[in-house]
Amino acid sequence: MGRDMSRTRTAYWKGIWAGMPFLVMAVPFGVLFGVVATDAGFDILQSFAISVIVVAGASQFSAVQVLSDGAPWYIAVATGLAVNMRMAMYSASLAPHLGKAATWHRIVLSYFMIDQTYGVSILEFDRKPEASVSEKLAYFFGTATLIFPVWYASTLLGVIAGSAIPPEYALDFAVPIMFIALVAPSLRSLPHLVAAVVSVIVSLALVWMPYNLWLMVAAVAAMIAGAEVERQMGARK
Amino acid sequence: MTDTSIWLTIIFLGIGTYLIRYSFVGFFGDKQLPAWLIRHLRYVPVAVMPGLIAPLTVWPAATGGELDPARLIAAASALIIGGVFRSVLGAIFGGMAVLYLGLYFL
Repeated sequence: MGRDMSRTRTAYWKGIWAGMPFLVMAVPFGVLFGVVATDAGFDILQSFAISVIVVAGASQFSAVQVLSDGAPWYIAVATGLAVNMRMAMYSASLAPHLGKAATWHRIVLSYFMIDQTYGVSILEFDRKPEASVSEKLAYFFGTATLIFPVWYASTLLGVIAGSAIPPEYALDFAVPIMFIALVAPSLRSLPHLVAAVVSVIVSLALVWMPYNLWLMVAAVAAMIAGAEVERQMGARK
Repeated sequence: MTDTSIWLTIIFLGIGTYLIRYSFVGFFGDKQLPAWLIRHLRYVPVAVMPGLIAPLTVWPAATGGELDPARLIAAASALIIGGVFRSVLGAIFGGMAVLYLGLYFL
Protein backbone atom coordinates (compact mmCIF):
# COMPACT_ATOMS: atom_id res chain seq x y z
CA MET A 1 0.00 0.00 0.00
CA GLY A 2 2.67 2.45 1.06
CA ARG A 3 4.72 1.62 -2.00
CA ASP A 4 1.72 2.07 -4.34
CA MET A 5 1.01 5.45 -2.75
CA SER A 6 4.56 6.64 -3.30
CA ARG A 7 4.54 5.41 -6.91
CA THR A 8 1.31 7.29 -7.53
CA ARG A 9 2.80 10.39 -5.96
CA THR A 10 5.91 10.09 -8.15
CA ALA A 11 3.72 9.76 -11.24
CA TYR A 12 1.75 12.86 -10.24
CA TRP A 13 4.92 14.95 -9.88
CA LYS A 14 6.27 13.62 -13.15
CA GLY A 15 3.04 14.76 -14.80
CA ILE A 16 3.34 18.24 -13.33
CA TRP A 17 6.92 18.48 -14.55
CA ALA A 18 6.09 17.22 -18.07
CA GLY A 19 3.22 19.70 -18.39
CA MET A 20 5.30 22.75 -17.54
CA PRO A 21 6.60 23.74 -20.99
CA PHE A 22 3.00 24.21 -22.16
CA LEU A 23 2.40 27.02 -19.69
CA VAL A 24 4.51 29.26 -21.93
CA MET A 25 1.90 28.76 -24.65
CA ALA A 26 -1.21 28.92 -22.44
CA VAL A 27 -0.53 32.41 -21.08
CA PRO A 28 -0.47 34.43 -24.34
CA PHE A 29 -3.25 32.25 -25.77
CA GLY A 30 -5.48 32.89 -22.75
CA VAL A 31 -4.66 36.61 -22.64
CA LEU A 32 -5.43 36.90 -26.34
CA PHE A 33 -8.73 35.12 -25.85
CA GLY A 34 -9.72 37.49 -23.05
CA VAL A 35 -8.85 40.46 -25.25
CA VAL A 36 -10.71 39.16 -28.31
CA ALA A 37 -13.82 38.11 -26.35
CA THR A 38 -14.01 41.51 -24.64
CA ASP A 39 -13.54 43.23 -27.97
CA ALA A 40 -16.44 41.18 -29.42
CA GLY A 41 -18.81 42.22 -26.62
CA PHE A 42 -18.45 39.50 -23.96
CA ASP A 43 -18.53 40.87 -20.41
CA ILE A 44 -16.00 39.80 -17.79
CA LEU A 45 -18.18 37.00 -16.37
CA GLN A 46 -18.99 35.60 -19.81
CA SER A 47 -15.34 35.59 -20.93
CA PHE A 48 -14.27 33.88 -17.73
CA ALA A 49 -17.19 31.41 -17.79
CA ILE A 50 -16.47 30.20 -21.32
CA SER A 51 -12.80 29.59 -20.44
CA VAL A 52 -13.80 27.63 -17.33
CA ILE A 53 -16.72 25.69 -18.85
CA VAL A 54 -15.43 24.95 -22.36
CA VAL A 55 -11.62 25.01 -21.79
CA ALA A 56 -10.77 24.67 -25.48
CA GLY A 57 -9.17 27.81 -26.87
CA ALA A 58 -9.59 27.23 -30.60
CA SER A 59 -13.31 26.46 -30.26
CA GLN A 60 -13.80 29.47 -27.98
CA PHE A 61 -12.20 31.77 -30.56
CA SER A 62 -14.34 30.18 -33.30
CA ALA A 63 -17.59 30.59 -31.34
CA VAL A 64 -16.81 34.23 -30.51
CA GLN A 65 -15.94 34.91 -34.15
CA VAL A 66 -19.16 33.33 -35.45
CA LEU A 67 -21.29 35.25 -32.92
CA SER A 68 -19.67 38.54 -33.85
CA ASP A 69 -20.38 37.76 -37.54
CA GLY A 70 -24.04 37.99 -36.45
CA ALA A 71 -24.88 34.28 -36.78
CA PRO A 72 -27.36 32.69 -34.32
CA TRP A 73 -26.02 31.01 -31.16
CA TYR A 74 -26.60 27.45 -32.35
CA ILE A 75 -24.35 28.07 -35.35
CA ALA A 76 -21.65 29.28 -32.95
CA VAL A 77 -22.15 26.10 -30.90
CA ALA A 78 -22.02 23.88 -34.00
CA THR A 79 -18.82 25.56 -35.21
CA GLY A 80 -17.16 25.24 -31.81
CA LEU A 81 -18.17 21.59 -31.53
CA ALA A 82 -16.81 20.90 -35.02
CA VAL A 83 -13.43 22.26 -33.89
CA ASN A 84 -13.60 20.06 -30.78
CA MET A 85 -14.48 16.81 -32.56
CA ARG A 86 -10.78 15.95 -32.48
CA MET A 87 -11.22 15.26 -28.78
CA ALA A 88 -13.30 12.18 -29.61
CA MET A 89 -10.04 10.83 -30.97
CA TYR A 90 -8.22 11.76 -27.73
CA SER A 91 -10.95 10.09 -25.68
CA ALA A 92 -10.73 6.93 -27.78
CA SER A 93 -6.96 6.72 -27.50
CA LEU A 94 -6.99 7.30 -23.72
CA ALA A 95 -9.71 4.69 -23.19
CA PRO A 96 -7.41 1.61 -23.25
CA HIS A 97 -5.32 3.25 -20.47
CA LEU A 98 -7.95 4.96 -18.31
CA GLY A 99 -11.20 3.21 -19.31
CA LYS A 100 -10.87 0.91 -16.29
CA ALA A 101 -10.68 3.77 -13.76
CA ALA A 102 -13.60 4.34 -11.38
CA THR A 103 -16.62 6.05 -12.97
CA TRP A 104 -16.22 9.27 -11.00
CA HIS A 105 -12.54 9.42 -11.93
CA ARG A 106 -13.52 9.21 -15.59
CA ILE A 107 -16.20 11.87 -15.08
CA VAL A 108 -13.60 14.23 -13.60
CA LEU A 109 -10.73 13.43 -15.96
CA SER A 110 -12.92 14.10 -19.02
CA TYR A 111 -13.18 17.75 -17.98
CA PHE A 112 -9.37 17.97 -17.95
CA MET A 113 -8.90 16.46 -21.42
CA ILE A 114 -7.31 19.18 -23.59
CA ASP A 115 -4.68 19.13 -26.33
CA GLN A 116 -1.80 19.50 -23.89
CA THR A 117 -2.85 17.06 -21.14
CA TYR A 118 -3.74 14.48 -23.78
CA GLY A 119 -0.59 14.97 -25.81
CA VAL A 120 1.77 14.76 -22.85
CA SER A 121 -0.03 11.84 -21.18
CA ILE A 122 -0.42 9.60 -24.22
CA LEU A 123 3.34 9.84 -24.87
CA GLU A 124 4.01 8.57 -21.35
CA PHE A 125 1.29 5.87 -21.48
CA ASP A 126 2.58 4.50 -24.78
CA ARG A 127 6.10 4.47 -23.35
CA LYS A 128 5.00 2.66 -20.18
CA PRO A 129 1.80 0.75 -20.94
CA GLU A 130 2.40 -1.56 -17.96
CA ALA A 131 1.98 1.23 -15.35
CA SER A 132 -1.08 0.83 -13.09
CA VAL A 133 -4.33 2.71 -13.74
CA SER A 134 -3.79 4.82 -10.60
CA GLU A 135 -0.29 5.82 -11.73
CA LYS A 136 -1.63 6.78 -15.16
CA LEU A 137 -4.47 8.75 -13.56
CA ALA A 138 -2.04 10.55 -11.28
CA TYR A 139 0.24 11.40 -14.20
CA PHE A 140 -2.72 12.72 -16.21
CA PHE A 141 -3.95 14.90 -13.34
CA GLY A 142 -0.38 16.10 -12.87
CA THR A 143 -0.27 17.39 -16.45
CA ALA A 144 -3.51 19.32 -15.78
CA THR A 145 -2.58 20.80 -12.39
CA LEU A 146 -0.83 23.97 -13.54
CA ILE A 147 -2.22 24.61 -16.98
CA PHE A 148 -5.88 24.88 -15.91
CA PRO A 149 -5.48 27.65 -13.29
CA VAL A 150 -3.02 29.41 -15.61
CA TRP A 151 -5.56 29.28 -18.45
CA TYR A 152 -8.34 30.76 -16.26
CA ALA A 153 -6.07 33.49 -14.88
CA SER A 154 -4.67 34.51 -18.25
CA THR A 155 -8.19 34.84 -19.68
CA LEU A 156 -9.02 37.24 -16.84
CA LEU A 157 -5.83 39.14 -17.46
CA GLY A 158 -6.78 39.49 -21.12
CA VAL A 159 -10.24 40.77 -20.23
CA ILE A 160 -8.74 43.45 -18.01
CA ALA A 161 -6.06 44.38 -20.56
CA GLY A 162 -8.55 44.18 -23.45
CA SER A 163 -10.80 46.93 -22.25
CA ALA A 164 -7.73 49.23 -22.36
CA ILE A 165 -6.63 48.42 -25.95
CA PRO A 166 -7.76 50.93 -28.65
CA PRO A 167 -8.94 49.74 -32.12
CA GLU A 168 -5.81 50.91 -33.98
CA TYR A 169 -4.06 47.82 -32.62
CA ALA A 170 -6.00 45.82 -35.24
CA LEU A 171 -6.94 43.02 -32.86
CA ASP A 172 -9.59 41.99 -35.36
CA PHE A 173 -6.70 40.26 -37.06
CA ALA A 174 -5.38 38.43 -33.99
CA VAL A 175 -7.80 35.55 -34.60
CA PRO A 176 -6.75 34.86 -38.22
CA ILE A 177 -3.07 35.12 -37.23
CA MET A 178 -3.57 32.73 -34.35
CA PHE A 179 -5.40 30.09 -36.37
CA ILE A 180 -2.77 30.31 -39.10
CA ALA A 181 -0.12 29.84 -36.39
CA LEU A 182 -1.91 26.80 -34.95
CA VAL A 183 -2.26 25.11 -38.33
CA ALA A 184 1.02 26.08 -40.06
CA PRO A 185 3.34 23.59 -38.29
CA SER A 186 1.20 20.65 -39.49
CA LEU A 187 1.26 21.74 -43.15
CA ARG A 188 4.51 19.96 -43.84
CA SER A 189 2.54 16.77 -44.20
CA LEU A 190 0.88 16.41 -47.62
CA PRO A 191 -2.59 15.26 -46.42
CA HIS A 192 -2.73 18.17 -43.96
CA LEU A 193 -1.66 20.61 -46.66
CA VAL A 194 -4.30 19.31 -49.08
CA ALA A 195 -7.00 19.54 -46.37
CA ALA A 196 -6.03 23.14 -45.57
CA VAL A 197 -6.01 24.21 -49.23
CA VAL A 198 -9.41 22.59 -49.88
CA SER A 199 -10.80 24.26 -46.76
CA VAL A 200 -9.64 27.72 -47.89
CA ILE A 201 -10.83 27.36 -51.51
CA VAL A 202 -14.26 25.97 -50.65
CA SER A 203 -14.92 28.54 -47.93
CA LEU A 204 -13.93 31.45 -50.17
CA ALA A 205 -16.13 30.09 -52.97
CA LEU A 206 -19.17 29.50 -50.77
CA VAL A 207 -18.95 32.44 -48.38
CA TRP A 208 -22.28 33.78 -49.79
CA MET A 209 -24.13 30.93 -48.02
CA PRO A 210 -26.08 32.01 -44.91
CA TYR A 211 -25.45 30.95 -41.27
CA ASN A 212 -21.80 29.99 -41.74
CA LEU A 213 -22.97 26.94 -43.70
CA TRP A 214 -20.01 27.54 -46.00
CA LEU A 215 -17.71 26.64 -43.12
CA MET A 216 -19.45 23.30 -42.51
CA VAL A 217 -19.27 22.41 -46.21
CA ALA A 218 -15.62 23.48 -46.43
CA ALA A 219 -14.69 21.53 -43.28
CA VAL A 220 -16.35 18.30 -44.41
CA ALA A 221 -14.83 18.55 -47.90
CA ALA A 222 -11.38 19.26 -46.46
CA MET A 223 -11.60 16.43 -43.92
CA ILE A 224 -12.52 13.93 -46.64
CA ALA A 225 -9.73 15.27 -48.88
CA GLY A 226 -7.10 14.91 -46.12
CA ALA A 227 -8.25 11.41 -45.15
CA GLU A 228 -8.34 10.31 -48.79
CA VAL A 229 -4.81 11.56 -49.53
CA GLU A 230 -3.58 9.75 -46.40
CA ARG A 231 -5.31 6.53 -47.48
CA GLN A 232 -3.79 6.67 -50.96
CA MET A 233 -0.32 7.44 -49.61
CA GLY A 234 -0.67 4.46 -47.30
CA ALA A 235 -1.81 2.23 -50.17
CA ARG A 236 1.20 3.17 -52.28
CA LYS A 237 3.71 2.18 -49.60
CA MET B 1 -25.19 39.51 -30.31
CA THR B 2 -27.39 39.44 -27.19
CA ASP B 3 -26.56 38.38 -23.64
CA THR B 4 -28.89 35.40 -23.99
CA SER B 5 -27.20 34.18 -27.17
CA ILE B 6 -23.78 34.46 -25.51
CA TRP B 7 -24.91 32.42 -22.50
CA LEU B 8 -26.64 29.80 -24.66
CA THR B 9 -23.43 29.46 -26.67
CA ILE B 10 -21.32 29.07 -23.53
CA ILE B 11 -23.62 26.48 -21.94
CA PHE B 12 -24.28 24.31 -24.99
CA LEU B 13 -20.71 24.48 -26.29
CA GLY B 14 -19.63 23.49 -22.77
CA ILE B 15 -22.00 20.54 -22.50
CA GLY B 16 -21.28 19.35 -26.04
CA THR B 17 -17.51 19.60 -25.61
CA TYR B 18 -17.68 17.73 -22.31
CA LEU B 19 -19.69 14.91 -23.91
CA ILE B 20 -17.14 14.62 -26.74
CA ARG B 21 -14.37 14.31 -24.12
CA TYR B 22 -16.33 11.81 -22.05
CA SER B 23 -17.49 9.74 -25.05
CA PHE B 24 -15.01 6.90 -25.30
CA VAL B 25 -13.37 7.07 -21.89
CA GLY B 26 -16.83 7.22 -20.31
CA PHE B 27 -19.48 5.40 -22.31
CA PHE B 28 -17.65 2.85 -24.41
CA GLY B 29 -14.83 1.77 -22.08
CA ASP B 30 -11.91 0.56 -24.19
CA LYS B 31 -13.64 -0.18 -27.49
CA GLN B 32 -11.60 0.89 -30.52
CA LEU B 33 -12.72 3.52 -33.04
CA PRO B 34 -12.84 2.26 -36.63
CA ALA B 35 -9.70 3.21 -38.59
CA TRP B 36 -11.59 5.25 -41.22
CA LEU B 37 -13.14 7.42 -38.50
CA ILE B 38 -9.79 8.08 -36.81
CA ARG B 39 -8.35 8.96 -40.22
CA HIS B 40 -11.06 11.60 -40.71
CA LEU B 41 -10.93 12.99 -37.17
CA ARG B 42 -7.20 13.57 -37.58
CA TYR B 43 -7.95 16.29 -40.16
CA VAL B 44 -10.66 18.10 -38.21
CA PRO B 45 -8.52 21.04 -36.97
CA VAL B 46 -6.80 21.61 -40.30
CA ALA B 47 -10.16 21.34 -42.10
CA VAL B 48 -12.01 23.82 -39.89
CA MET B 49 -9.52 26.54 -38.96
CA PRO B 50 -8.24 27.62 -42.40
CA GLY B 51 -11.82 27.80 -43.74
CA LEU B 52 -12.96 29.83 -40.77
CA ILE B 53 -10.34 32.52 -41.23
CA ALA B 54 -9.91 32.58 -45.03
CA PRO B 55 -12.74 35.10 -45.65
CA LEU B 56 -11.59 37.21 -42.66
CA THR B 57 -8.10 37.33 -44.15
CA VAL B 58 -9.11 38.21 -47.70
CA TRP B 59 -12.03 40.52 -46.87
CA PRO B 60 -11.38 41.90 -43.35
CA ALA B 61 -14.33 43.61 -41.64
CA ALA B 62 -12.01 46.31 -40.25
CA THR B 63 -11.34 47.65 -43.76
CA GLY B 64 -15.01 47.34 -44.79
CA GLY B 65 -14.28 44.14 -46.74
CA GLU B 66 -11.51 45.71 -48.88
CA LEU B 67 -8.43 43.62 -49.64
CA ASP B 68 -5.72 44.88 -47.28
CA PRO B 69 -2.02 44.38 -48.18
CA ALA B 70 -0.84 44.77 -44.56
CA ARG B 71 -3.16 41.98 -43.37
CA LEU B 72 -2.33 39.68 -46.29
CA ILE B 73 1.41 40.07 -45.76
CA ALA B 74 0.97 39.48 -42.03
CA ALA B 75 -1.03 36.31 -42.70
CA ALA B 76 1.61 35.05 -45.14
CA SER B 77 4.38 35.78 -42.62
CA ALA B 78 2.60 33.85 -39.88
CA LEU B 79 2.12 30.93 -42.27
CA ILE B 80 5.79 30.88 -43.29
CA ILE B 81 7.17 31.32 -39.75
CA GLY B 82 4.85 28.60 -38.43
CA GLY B 83 5.63 26.23 -41.29
CA VAL B 84 9.39 26.69 -41.35
CA PHE B 85 10.13 26.89 -37.61
CA ARG B 86 7.18 24.81 -36.39
CA SER B 87 6.66 27.44 -33.73
CA VAL B 88 3.11 28.48 -32.87
CA LEU B 89 4.18 31.34 -30.61
CA GLY B 90 6.78 32.55 -33.12
CA ALA B 91 4.10 32.64 -35.82
CA ILE B 92 1.68 34.60 -33.63
CA PHE B 93 4.20 37.21 -32.51
CA GLY B 94 5.92 37.38 -35.91
CA GLY B 95 2.60 37.75 -37.72
CA MET B 96 1.37 40.50 -35.42
CA ALA B 97 4.72 42.31 -35.65
CA VAL B 98 4.57 42.24 -39.46
CA LEU B 99 0.96 43.46 -39.28
CA TYR B 100 1.92 46.48 -37.17
CA LEU B 101 4.89 47.28 -39.44
CA GLY B 102 2.61 47.00 -42.46
CA LEU B 103 -0.13 49.18 -40.98
CA TYR B 104 2.50 51.76 -40.06
CA PHE B 105 4.39 51.88 -43.36
CA LEU B 106 1.84 50.93 -46.05
